[in-house]
Amino acid sequence: MMGEQRLKTTYQEAVRSGLRDALLRDERVFLMGEDVGCYGGCFAASKGLLDEFGPERIRDTPLSESTFTGAGIGAALGGMRPIVEIMTVNFSLLALDQIVNNAATYLHMSGGQFNVQLVIRMATGGGKQLAAQHSHSLEGWYAHIPGIKILCAATLEDARGMLWSALQDPDPVLIFEPSVLYPMEGELAADAGAVAIDRARLHRQGKDLTLISYGSCLYKCLDAADTLAAEGIETELIDLRVLRPLDEQTFLTSVEKTHRALIVDEGWRSGSLAAEISARIMEQAFYNLDAPVERICSAEVPMPYAKHMEEAALPQVEEIVKTARRMVRG
Amino acid sequence: MNEQEYQLHLLRQMLRIRRFEEKSAELYSLTKIRGFLHLYIGEEAVAVGISEALSAADALVATYREHGHAIARGMAMGPAMAEMYGKVTGCCRGRGGSMHLFDAQHRLYGGNAIVGGGLPIAVGLALADRMQQRNQVTCCCFGEGAVAEGEFHEAMNLAALWQLPVLFVCENNLYAMGTALIRSESMIELTRKADAYGMTAASVDGMDVLAVANAARAAREQIITTGMPFFLECKTYRFRPHSMFDPELYRSQQEVDQWRQHDPIQTLSDKLKEHGWITEQKLNQLEAEIAAEIAEAVDFSEQSDWEAVSELTRFVYSDPEAQ
Repeated sequence: MMGEQRLKTTYQEAVRSGLRDALLRDERVFLMGEDVGCYGGCFAASKGLLDEFGPERIRDTPLSESTFTGAGIGAALGGMRPIVEIMTVNFSLLALDQIVNNAATYLHMSGGQFNVQLVIRMATGGGKQLAAQHSHSLEGWYAHIPGIKILCAATLEDARGMLWSALQDPDPVLIFEPSVLYPMEGELAADAGAVAIDRARLHRQGKDLTLISYGSCLYKCLDAADTLAAEGIETELIDLRVLRPLDEQTFLTSVEKTHRALIVDEGWRSGSLAAEISARIMEQAFYNLDAPVERICSAEVPMPYAKHMEEAALPQVEEIVKTARRMVRG
Repeated sequence: MNEQEYQLHLLRQMLRIRRFEEKSAELYSLTKIRGFLHLYIGEEAVAVGISEALSAADALVATYREHGHAIARGMAMGPAMAEMYGKVTGCCRGRGGSMHLFDAQHRLYGGNAIVGGGLPIAVGLALADRMQQRNQVTCCCFGEGAVAEGEFHEAMNLAALWQLPVLFVCENNLYAMGTALIRSESMIELTRKADAYGMTAASVDGMDVLAVANAARAAREQIITTGMPFFLECKTYRFRPHSMFDPELYRSQQEVDQWRQHDPIQTLSDKLKEHGWITEQKLNQLEAEIAAEIAEAVDFSEQSDWEAVSELTRFVYSDPEAQ
């Protein structure tokens, strides 16, 4: 059976496979962004697509983030299914006007007349020594905005499958791809396809503590969970996947079972997604808690270049293990 | 339509906008309309002239000073006025107000209140037309203040680079809110901005509706023929303050009075009278018809309901479950 066949692949290839599939399935789909064509994509996610689909559908843009993002909105309004690629989340700040003032508002502001069926993909996060203008995790910031949906693909399945589902969504969807994950190798079902984009995913079951994370921190949590398991602490691990609208039911159900929650978020702590999740647990599961909700976030500094400093700024496995151990054992 | 009927039609359209906005200002004073209200009075020849040149299938992206564009494109006064009242029968259910008139039926994509914010969207609409082989144009109106925005330059470049059917209409009324063009731009010959992108440009007297309509028709024809965008500057002037809160410290009464001598409505009606194409009696009749249309729109707005508060979160997402 095809479903049982698994193929070796990488995150980057999974993204490319998702793009290729969408371009093949719907002729209204096209990709535009900086260096998506001739260069093959900054992270090689669109390598080869220009040759296969031509310059009409794989469009290299000038370095005009605001305008090619706005053009994506306009093209969506005009009946196309654009995929806008913004090289990194830091560059997306140049397109904030279009994302926040237009994409997120048009449906509501027009009284339901104009939905913006647009997908915007971008790389996010640190871990590659790219310093303070290429390494931040601002997806939690976008998750503050009503009117857009925010996804973060941590797994090969999601890297492959979130795109098609996002393209079917009538509203603007931003897909975040942690740049540190592009070279990640793994196995993917040969017939892997679209995945649902409304729920978080339970990665591992446990009874002692719930780890809530997303993106590249998921793997740090998995490593931490292995270490903790060896010590007899069974952690439940949730990959949020959807940062807006939050699937709170999944983490609330888990907290009801484990009575302890630790959130691992690569964003800065103040005003973070971790803060939002913590508040929701406090509001809705307070009496189920045996310990205060805790958070591990990035240090509140612009990301430094030097390796040891960057590592110190980002959430790390050891800190997750120590915190979880203290929360369970006291 | 013969020439006489055509010019009478233009006069009628400009007068409809003028009287609609005069009534809006009055209703603002009565606090029936709140928020910001940016009047187009003095600039009517631009929206009316441009609209004459567009086909029904063409798209229009406008700014927060867009009552004239909405009416010229065919939006009925009832839903336009009710929108400013904030009533559920407004074109956007009272969600947008004066600055955000949207109309799917007439392909009006806002009402954008971020200066320059509509230009990239116009480029995208034109891109969709090009990719789907639809032989139509997207018109994007913006003030000369937008020329200072990065989005203006990005959008002009991309439209020219990708050869997209966009008619960029710069409504140059000389002031970006209170900042005179001469105080904000190092190069005030705006058509030269288009030169920088290899885009054909023209400048026209924006107080002359016939000239605007002719220039816009020629521009549209060129866009359709060549597939290239076009930049059309319409030199105009707003007779009223920027918004209802503007004490107008930045310009002299004398300057305003001088421009009022070029009132596009007065100019055209004088011309029509000269030709013997309209009598005082006919003009009065026209005014009475427009007054009745406005009275009906106001009545409609007064009678209309407010949107139920339970609808507050509707249309944040298309799927109500997503909220």
